[in-house]
Amino acid sequence: MTVTKTEAPVTTASNQPHGEGEPAGSARSERLSALIQQHGALAVLVIVSLVASFSFDSFATGDNVSNMATSSAFLAIVALGMTFVIITGGIDLSVGSLFALGGVLAAWGSRYGTLVALLLPLAVCGLIGVVNGLLVARSRLAPFIVTLAAMLGARGLLLAVTDEGAETFLIGKGSLLAELGQGTTLGLGNPVWITLALFVAGAVVLRRTRFGQHVYAVGGNEDAAALMGAPVARTKILVYTLSGLLAGLAGALNAAWLASGVTILGNGMELEAISAVVIGGTLLTGGLGYVSGSLVGVLLLKVIQNVINQIGSLDSSYQQVVSGAFLAVVVIAQTWLGRRRQLM
Amino acid sequence: MAPPAEVLAVRGLSKTFPGVRALDDVDLTLHAGEVHALIGENGAGKSTLIKLLTGVYRPDAGEITFQGAEVSFATPLEAQKAGISTIYQEVNLIPLLSVARNLFLGREPRNRFGVLDIARMNSEAEEVLRGYGVRVDVRRPLRTLGVGAQQMVALARAVATDARIVIMDEPTSSLEPREVETLFSVIRGLRDAGIAVVYVSHRLDELYAVCSTVTVLRDGRRVHHGSLAELGRLDLVSTMLGRDLGEVRAEGLTKFSGDHQATDSEPVLEAHELTVPHRLHGVSVSIRPGEVVGLGGLLGSGRTETAKAISGALPVRSGRVTVAGVPLRGGSAAAAIRAGVSLLPEDRKSEGIVPGLSVRENIALAVLPRLSRFGLVSEARVDSVVDTFVTRLRIKASSPHQKVGELSGGNQQKVLLARWLAMNPKVLLLDEPTRGIDVGAKAEVQKLVDELAADGLGVLLISSDLEELIEGSDRVVVLKDGAVVGELTGDDVTEDKLMRTIAGDTAATAPAAEEVAGDG
Repeated sequence: MTVTKTEAPVTTASNQPHGEGEPAGSARSERLSALIQQHGALAVLVIVSLVASFSFDSFATGDNVSNMATSSAFLAIVALGMTFVIITGGIDLSVGSLFALGGVLAAWGSRYGTLVALLLPLAVCGLIGVVNGLLVARSRLAPFIVTLAAMLGARGLLLAVTDEGAETFLIGKGSLLAELGQGTTLGLGNPVWITLALFVAGAVVLRRTRFGQHVYAVGGNEDAAALMGAPVARTKILVYTLSGLLAGLAGALNAAWLASGVTILGNGMELEAISAVVIGGTLLTGGLGYVSGSLVGVLLLKVIQNVINQIGSLDSSYQQVVSGAFLAVVVIAQTWLGRRRQLM
Repeated sequence: MAPPAEVLAVRGLSKTFPGVRALDDVDLTLHAGEVHALIGENGAGKSTLIKLLTGVYRPDAGEITFQGAEVSFATPLEAQKAGISTIYQEVNLIPLLSVARNLFLGREPRNRFGVLDIARMNSEAEEVLRGYGVRVDVRRPLRTLGVGAQQMVALARAVATDARIVIMDEPTSSLEPREVETLFSVIRGLRDAGIAVVYVSHRLDELYAVCSTVTVLRDGRRVHHGSLAELGRLDLVSTMLGRDLGEVRAEGLTKFSGDHQATDSEPVLEAHELTVPHRLHGVSVSIRPGEVVGLGGLLGSGRTETAKAISGALPVRSGRVTVAGVPLRGGSAAAAIRAGVSLLPEDRKSEGIVPGLSVRENIALAVLPRLSRFGLVSEARVDSVVDTFVTRLRIKASSPHQKVGELSGGNQQKVLLARWLAMNPKVLLLDEPTRGIDVGAKAEVQKLVDELAADGLGVLLISSDLEELIEGSDRVVVLKDGAVVGELTGDDVTEDKLMRTIAGDTAATAPAAEEVAGDG
């Protein structure tokens, strides 16, 4: 944004008289583009689900839906934190490792009761998030590098706790923690309800609190945000902390669901979460995004995965091919929409 | 009636940057309800003063008294909280956020649960903005508004934060005339509400329309202050440029030899009615081979933009450029270079030299494609070109392999010049070729310009140094607010005439008078 006085580019927007003199078409087109950006993924999800339920008898069954929902829940919680980070213009690569670390810590802590099993992963992963945030905000290091280091560090920590992965901690049956992960309420797994509650809270925080406004402002134009009085550093520290906390929580719930802390989980999960967030309409460059979109993005990834599993003849390796192609299409569409909207 | 209260008193403010005394012992007093014009040419210290007032920089010496107490702001935020708001030429808001959310960021209305009250925020935003002539759906992203409307939102935000002083840094540079009117009525409203306004602009008409007092800065010093109405336009311009009207022109201060043998041949370059929205309004310039045409005018009058529009670096909405009779495809710098138009940009650091590369590489950069065959560069031919220009332009470097970043400003400028001369241009556009270089190097560059013209090149010279402009040019085309307001030829090429034309003194030159009437 450093444009010297004489060379300020004159955008076509500046030729528009403001207010009533504006051509109505551009506003309508702008709204349409915004609509596609925000709800495009939802439309695709609905279409894919409809086609799948007509094509495969086993797709729309209660069991299959419930399974998909539960397996989506953990990724969704991670993607929720990622949404906040990406809207500030950052990235968090450490969440996959934190997810695994959170699971192992929860399983290890379960011998001391459910409270410890939940608080320990939150404390450790939250702390790593704080460090990520401090390094990004105060030391002005690139988020990519900072969280990459955290990703490696957390994996190391995980191996240290589990004696190089040789030891697997189990969660006893019948404990409150196991109930939290494995039990169902109204036909859906408890993790699903927890996820929904977190997303509602996340949406309120993002759209309806000052902190949420600051998240958008920092990602939209950091310098302007600082000049407008937004606490830029604090906002960044908070989003990385939130991302760490949610990754830890997701890991703990996942461990409760599996009844053990599995060390090999979470590999590549950070990329899956980023994909879901981007598919959901959040701009990778920051400043624009929706919590609901990320949820839709996660569901879409999981539905595609499920559909490929239903096609028995197709190797499940193709899952990733399809997911990758889908992500590419979304990013191209986003770029196209963005360019189109800027042209107004 | 008691005089209005003093809101701000600045005493002896100084700021030095490495090698430059940016601000030297400057005083400034602002009263409630005063609209104060702050003017000065490039490098006069305006932006330094503003940045000191708003906490971007810390002063080396001097004190700032704000509302009776001495203050020292560490950040722009502190200044803003205390009541000094600034709106910048570049709109500093969040483009993707809605208009209302931008307006209220950090002070959003909240309900009793601590959650934002969106409905109230939107209705209040709509009401506030109506007062600024902006009638839009405040839920739309700010980005979708025109620049003028965005500027109004920034202004509304600045005022709404309980400001006692509002500093406006060239607020009208991207506004339509209708929007300028709205801005003025807002400023008058601020004045009536007892808010002090510091107004920075180069448009004299605007200053006289809205300001009551003035401070003129030059070379970091305050050279004039007082009532604006008592200072005539001509006096204002001459104070700003640092020239006494009666001052006899001292001959021979520059290295220009005087008039060139401008041939009567066809112009090598003709720019016709160049128009760039908000920047240029139908600017026409023609240059004949061997002629140095000066572009006169104040900062922001469109000199740089004219050069850029000619060279294809700035897209034009209408108008055409012909080089040696051949029309140039607009908006393409590559086409202009191929046709033989070379621009030496104003800001050589960001737009010219590559400091990490050697003298040789910098010179050869543009001409490389011509020195290569099948994509392979002939080292021998590069060496010969580089040698030629290092000798001809007297570039002082330890070797052609020395990094350009290590050279002095004057030699850097010569390297740039060499780069374009290697292209064998027909027309050279020089934007402030001697700014920021020492006296000796300045004289050398001036001498070079002379020699190049003598060799038959057409030269367009832009310079804020009046002496350089007057003595270096055979003709001077005078710009004001992006339009040509006069042309000085022959004996009329004097500082006095130039200043009169800039000030819009109709007695200056006959053609100038006509065009002033035409352009309003």
